[in-house]
Amino acid sequence: MALLTKKDANLILDPLADNNPITIQVLGICSALAITAELKASVVMALSVIFVLGLGNVVISLIRNIIPSKIRIIVQLIVVATLVIIVDQVLKAFAYELSKTLAVFVGLIITNCIIMGRFEAFALGNGPWRSFLDGIGNALGYGVILIIVGFFRELLGSGTLFGIPVLGNPIEKTGLYSTGYENNGFMIIPPAALIVVGIIIWVQRSRNRALIEEN
Amino acid sequence: MAINTDKNVYTVVFAALMVVVVGSVLAFLASALSERIKENERFEKQQNILYAMGVNENEDKGNVNFIPTDRVEDEFSKYITEQLVISGDQITNDDEAYLIDLKKQLALAKNGETPKLPLFIGEKEAKKYYIIPMYGKGLWDAIWGFIALDDQLVVQGVYFDHKGETPGLGANIKQRYFMDDFTGESILDGTRYAGIAVAKGNNDPVNKIKDDNEVDALAGATITGNGVSAMIRESVNLYKNYLETIRAK
Repeated sequence: MALLTKKDANLILDPLADNNPITIQVLGICSALAITAELKASVVMALSVIFVLGLGNVVISLIRNIIPSKIRIIVQLIVVATLVIIVDQVLKAFAYELSKTLAVFVGLIITNCIIMGRFEAFALGNGPWRSFLDGIGNALGYGVILIIVGFFRELLGSGTLFGIPVLGNPIEKTGLYSTGYENNGFMIIPPAALIVVGIIIWVQRSRNRALIEEN
Repeated sequence: MAINTDKNVYTVVFAALMVVVVGSVLAFLASALSERIKENERFEKQQNILYAMGVNENEDKGNVNFIPTDRVEDEFSKYITEQLVISGDQITNDDEAYLIDLKKQLALAKNGETPKLPLFIGEKEAKKYYIIPMYGKGLWDAIWGFIALDDQLVVQGVYFDHKGETPGLGANIKQRYFMDDFTGESILDGTRYAGIAVAKGNNDPVNKIKDDNEVDALAGATITGNGVSAMIRESVNLYKNYLETIRAK
């Protein structure tokens, strides 16, 4: 990548694997549990967070030298809330259907700890371009986990992907269901997401043992 | 940077300035966009009402397809023949009844005042549809919708929507496989206005039994489902007096 130095590229690549916000930093778990029952919601949430975190990191980075340290958390909250409201209002005026799909995510984005976490840990101490990359990278890392979890939960829980039946019809017993296979209703409820995330963490750490903390 | 950002004065001034800047940006945006947003909301209500009475672009299976926004106003005036406002014993015609905020009216009703309840009468292929708006509570936030009845109070179609139910769980009340189940159910149980319950132990996943006042619940969305049941029951009871007159005709 000619555009990015190796150090910059790592800002994007690290969060995808060895410094993943969900599996390593344990940020953004709440929304990862809440909205991954189907793949579409995971994708929408991932895209929204990419947008908000990328932009928010830049804004925070730009004003990092003038933010009073005593109220910096409040300032960060206001920045992210303002961004989300602006996006929400513009979508409501020009892309109403899309805005309705996103409406339920607005609250989840504002309170997503991954966003505050990156503002606090990175944007306050780095320039706008690097902050932007860090934001995009972390949001991507978050999104990847969301999509993996969403994929397994929707497939095993409802037998569909993006709402399209892929395993046959569970009521008329066609496809895989004719062999006696049943959807696992447990996958639809949030605790199942915790188990899937747990398995991802397990797989990741057994492949890269350097990630295992020593007690 | 020469400024000492730790000083109290600086902190207060910064906070005040930030409030002014953010406030004016948001206020400007809200007033600049409000007209478009209102128009979109109006179209949406018309689409929802028409959807409940079966005027939509749904295909055999699949997703919810509304009448597109550029045609919805014409279709609305074509199919919705009367818009009534029911206030106690008084029934008046009002062409903008669909813009009445049901939430406010229900709050009035709770305080013992007489609410203004909108009701829409549609006509399609020489058949009359009575469409009742509904408003209630889900798990996280408001849910609302419309239910279209024929003159025997059998459901001809419903539309549900929600503000913030969990995606993939409660949010599925606006999916067709859930809404389609209501069609054919009666809101009456004998002469009682029972509504239609979203029932967990229904054991009737494709809803073949149409006289049990029950539809199959959504897995993982018990509270949203209960909210839908309560919303239907409360709404039809609010309109009970008027619905009795339809049935008597």
